[in-house]
Amino acid sequence: MQKPTNSPFSIFNSQLITFIRKEFYHVFRDSKTLLMLFGLPIIMITLFGFALTNEIKNSRIVICDNAKDKASQRIITQLEASKYFEIEKTLWSHTQIEDAFRSGRIKLVVVFPANFYYELMHLKKAQIQILADASDPNTATTLTSYVSTIVSDYQKELMQDNKFPYQIIPVTRMLYNPELKGATNFVPGVISLVLMLICVMMTSVSIVREKEKGTMEILLVSPMNPFLVIIAKAVPYFILSLINLTVILVMSVYLLDLPLNGNIGLLYFESSLFIITALSLGLLISNSTDSQQTAMLISLMGMLIPTMLFTGFLYPLENMPLPLRIIANIVPSKWYYIIVKSIMIKGLGFSAIWKESLILCFMTFFLLMVSVRKFKIRLE
Amino acid sequence: MSILNNKEVVIKTEKLTKRFGDFVATNEITFEVQAGEIFGFLGANGAGKTTAMRMLCGLSKPSSGKATIAGFDIYKQTESIKKNIGYMSQKFSLYEDLNILENIRFFGGIYGLSNQQLKQKSDTLIEELGLQHETKKLVGSLPLGWKQKLAFSVAIIHDPKIVFLDEPTGGVDPITRRQFWDLIYEAADSGITVFVTTHYMDEAEYCNRISMMVDGVIKALDTPTNFKQQYSAKSMDEVFFELARGAQRNE
Repeated sequence: MQKPTNSPFSIFNSQLITFIRKEFYHVFRDSKTLLMLFGLPIIMITLFGFALTNEIKNSRIVICDNAKDKASQRIITQLEASKYFEIEKTLWSHTQIEDAFRSGRIKLVVVFPANFYYELMHLKKAQIQILADASDPNTATTLTSYVSTIVSDYQKELMQDNKFPYQIIPVTRMLYNPELKGATNFVPGVISLVLMLICVMMTSVSIVREKEKGTMEILLVSPMNPFLVIIAKAVPYFILSLINLTVILVMSVYLLDLPLNGNIGLLYFESSLFIITALSLGLLISNSTDSQQTAMLISLMGMLIPTMLFTGFLYPLENMPLPLRIIANIVPSKWYYIIVKSIMIKGLGFSAIWKESLILCFMTFFLLMVSVRKFKIRLE
Repeated sequence: MSILNNKEVVIKTEKLTKRFGDFVATNEITFEVQAGEIFGFLGANGAGKTTAMRMLCGLSKPSSGKATIAGFDIYKQTESIKKNIGYMSQKFSLYEDLNILENIRFFGGIYGLSNQQLKQKSDTLIEELGLQHETKKLVGSLPLGWKQKLAFSVAIIHDPKIVFLDEPTGGVDPITRRQFWDLIYEAADSGITVFVTTHYMDEAEYCNRISMMVDGVIKALDTPTNFKQQYSAKSMDEVFFELARGAQRNE
């Protein structure tokens, strides 16, 4: 009546823009939302990236000195001098070492062979064995490289005295996690966690807030199409999620020196798909509850925890009992995690991840169908 | 056109009923409201006022019966109805984290006002409410009375034929309530039909006509003056007490 209504599309468009602008006001005026949006990914990346990697001072390591000769003593003194290690000198058997690893008391074992100095002097070549507990791959790699550095320092020292090329070969074994899974894997995990959290929680809470405050009634009485309300709610979080993804990627490439091997366009495409999956989940939650607190709780318990447990970035899925592995299949982030890892770390193309993408597509379709059907145009 | 004073009928219901399971919230209510009228919809809590109003606004689907709003059928022409009504709910319903101007622009925007109309409307509205210096203030920081006046002005920003007010003056002092009613009178003078639910009986006196709802049915419908005469009461309070005495639901 205010405007010729023969062009509903233009009205829809201007309504939509008005609505989206309003959603952005909400986001930028709520310091808690802002903190969650941008603080969380930064905190998580920093936490996983630095705090967990670099906290290796005074790590307990065990030295099995079978040689007890000049060379081994020299290296051991160097190791003792390092502030990173707390040394226990023992002559443990293999089973004892294994028990100590399992109990988590020690992080690393250095084994000198019986004739270390002799071999070094006469064969110009000796081996030294480094066993590391790689269930915490970041610590394991860092500690191993410290030991290797000290060993190679000693090697250089020998070379100065003597003009012969002595060679000490550290033979490293990563126990429990030989591929060092996890070292580069938490970033894809954090990405799926953050996207899940922002999309599911923020959308559901922002829709439920309208119900709680009574503004939803006004919106439903207005000529605005209810589905435009949904779209307008989703758009800001979609955009913000992509910004967040970019922040995380930039941080992991420039701060954590993580490779970004695959196609970035493909990564953003797949992420958009996952964001839509998460947004439809948020929509579904918002349809099932009328209180912001419930929405937040469902999002946290129902989305965050399964994402942490079942994507495999904190706990390897392969080690889980079968029922849990089956449950993991219905967690969308599991599939997205595989996709991100394939693109980012392994540099694979779409042909390698079409199956996972298809699964995500089906999940999204299913969730959207259910939530649109459940969405109440009229409040009963 | 109606038999009543030959004025246009903007709300017309016939045996409008809403059931929730076995519970009949509104039971076959039939009434008419004319254009420009201030129609009071009274009743105790739980009498079915809000349910009835929700059906009229298109928020709730009737179980049976007929109704037209601004000439449009309540079942089939909800989209046309939405363009012709304004609504202010029980809960104060503007966005508290948006400032006055942003709220006005938002609600004007979703009602499809053009930018030019919006600018003109928001200017007059702000001037009328005397809020020229507060336009950048967040609505959450305003006193409740101002918020409600603003919410009302926003509800009629698109010049609807009818505005539905669901207990609009809950929780404000009598002076603010009086000022709020001044706004309602202005709106009615400009031709907007006002449909208002309330349980303040002093407000009932301000209405042109009143319907009294008890236990889901309209027990009586008349002007305040006639009501008082009929029940030989001094105030609407007494009338209400007389009528609602038999109510089952509020006990």
